[in-house]
Amino acid sequence: MKDENSKGNVLTGADAVLQALKKEKTKIIFGYPGGATLPIYDKLDKYGIRHILCRHEQGGTHMADGYARATGKAGVCMATSGPGATNLVTGIATAFMDSSSLIAITGQVPREMIGNDAFQEVDITGITIPITKHNYLISEPEDLSDSIHEAFYLSTTGRKGPVLIDIPKDVLSSELKAPDKNHKKPVLEGYNPTIKGHSGQIKKAAILLRSAKQPLIISGGGVAGSGAEDALTSFARKYEIPVVATLMGKNGFPNTDRLYLGLIGYHGTAAGNNAVQKADVILAVGTRFGDRTTGPLGNFAPEARIIHIDIDPAEISKNITSFLPIVGDASQIINSISGHLDKEGITASKSEKEEWLNFLLKIKKDREKPADSSKLNIPLILERLKKIIPDPIMTTDVGRHQIFAAHHFPIDRKNSFITSGGLGTMGFGLPAAIGAKAGFPDDTVISINGDGSFLMCCQELVTAVEENLPIIAMVMKDQRLGMISQLQSAFYGERYNCCDLGKCVDFTKIAEGMGALGIRVEQPDEIEGAIKKAVASGRPTVIEFILHEQGNTYPMVTGSSLTDYIEE
Amino acid sequence: MNHTISILCDDQPGVMTRISGLFSRRGFNIESLTVGHTEIPGKSRFTIVVKGDDNVLEQVRKQLQKVVHVIKVWDIKKAEAVEREHALMKIKVTPEVRSDVLQIITALQARIIDSSGSVWILEITGDTNSVNNAFNLLSDYNIIESIRTGKISLKRGEQVK
Repeated sequence: MKDENSKGNVLTGADAVLQALKKEKTKIIFGYPGGATLPIYDKLDKYGIRHILCRHEQGGTHMADGYARATGKAGVCMATSGPGATNLVTGIATAFMDSSSLIAITGQVPREMIGNDAFQEVDITGITIPITKHNYLISEPEDLSDSIHEAFYLSTTGRKGPVLIDIPKDVLSSELKAPDKNHKKPVLEGYNPTIKGHSGQIKKAAILLRSAKQPLIISGGGVAGSGAEDALTSFARKYEIPVVATLMGKNGFPNTDRLYLGLIGYHGTAAGNNAVQKADVILAVGTRFGDRTTGPLGNFAPEARIIHIDIDPAEISKNITSFLPIVGDASQIINSISGHLDKEGITASKSEKEEWLNFLLKIKKDREKPADSSKLNIPLILERLKKIIPDPIMTTDVGRHQIFAAHHFPIDRKNSFITSGGLGTMGFGLPAAIGAKAGFPDDTVISINGDGSFLMCCQELVTAVEENLPIIAMVMKDQRLGMISQLQSAFYGERYNCCDLGKCVDFTKIAEGMGALGIRVEQPDEIEGAIKKAVASGRPTVIEFILHEQGNTYPMVTGSSLTDYIEE
Repeated sequence: MNHTISILCDDQPGVMTRISGLFSRRGFNIESLTVGHTEIPGKSRFTIVVKGDDNVLEQVRKQLQKVVHVIKVWDIKKAEAVEREHALMKIKVTPEVRSDVLQIITALQARIIDSSGSVWILEITGDTNSVNNAFNLLSDYNIIESIRTGKISLKRGEQVK
């Protein structure tokens, strides 16, 4: 056969890409080859970087995203030009909304063909400007190394986020004139994230918290983003301040701690939402006060003076006006506030603070009850799962099962509740689990899926099988788009249009057809055996749970404030 | 209410799209936008007039600052700055209106930079109000076509911050 592309030992743009990835300690690329990226694939085996072949580029982005969220390192995905690149868009947007360190590398048509509507040409840098922290279209092979190092630097510092690098095919295959530059830490004139919080603001925060009678902490996604879990946990425990979480902040604080009151927002717990609406001082850490968290903006936390810690100054007073903003790294700032409080002590009366905490703990306790074990339902499945696998890495899809997982599966371990919070991307759960498993091969990784969501990326089961990444996907089959039907029930006069998914799908057969293990569970007493069998098999497994009821997830805010909710 | 924002940025391909795209994506309305090179090689400066209240202005400023190629963003208050706008106007001048138009041109300190038969091209420079005035005063005559640059603005005094 002809080999027109062998350049012997000559270093090319593709080498520059792989050398730079190697220097950034990239262990895995989640990718799908195509014409424009072939020069990279041609050299891949020389660099000892594992390539995980996804079955759809979107799956590759979620894998890299799941890997990034689980490990705290950047996740790298790669696709070819044109449709390969556009298939990344949903995954990049998912990472952008949840501030995840995703590096996306795309091939582009050769430079001389750009703008000619060449085969598989698309302006992916143009398309992804609004959903990336930054992106690059590389015009010279000599720019590759610096741009890739810059991309990693941008993606993993400050407020994390996805960065895309688009590389024309001829840049990848042309010879490097100045190979292997020693890279220094990138210097970008326009990019200097504030890390250290303003000392005056920190002092003021301590003063506010000292005298707070009804203090509350909101844990947002930025807690995990900053690695501030330990700082937040010891701070809350030391001063006995109750903690509520946004969906993204659920793994910012141990969920089994007595101070944890659960989620706030549209599907917040009674204790959580009451706490927000009645607190006098709120320490909000790394949250952008998204609309699912705040409910109607005008009525959010009416009694509270809000101290808002965020690394992104643009989040300050974007949605909720904060009384005291502190821009910087959450971990450092919490420790500094704690230092002030240690020195100066608390002035609020102990009894008042206790009364506040007991009031909230009573609301929490009143609603604690074991799941109904007479029928197969999601809370019961999660309860049993917790007994068998107490500390898995859990990913979810998007919908009713996601909210159930957030409420009914306590997470104590860092970075182990991985969900698409901001964009709400159905199909995220399975590939994200595969990515997390690639990062932590010895841990049990569970994906909680809806039967609607699962089908959106189910082809990645093949990836799990071929790459020997034995995740367990638990598909909650209620044969309908649960969250949609819940909304139709609450707000559209129970007109359940187009949310019936039908009966025909057999998820165990899908699993078997893709080389995975499929297990069906139809009765509560089969749950335990199925999970144990999945773990023991050491194979990627789909457990299909035939749910017995259309269980809605409550509480659900239906009115004009967070305490205007309906319960079961 | 209109605000004037001045942006110093890297002169990189796509920086215009990044900046103007940000305005549309975040729902901010651009009234005018002017961009050009500066005395610093590789750096451009935008002057953008945006409509909105102080909160909008604050969000615009912060979001712009997040664009990696953006180095500095200033909110330019009218009292602290000088501003200029430039306009070209092509006008048909018949003998009957000739002396009227000439009087207006003198009053406006405008210049005739081209005359092709009875068609003149006028050059008008001033702050936004003066240029508006010129358009008002000449609107009674036969304007064939016109163009305005949008505002450029610089803060007074030495301090650049």
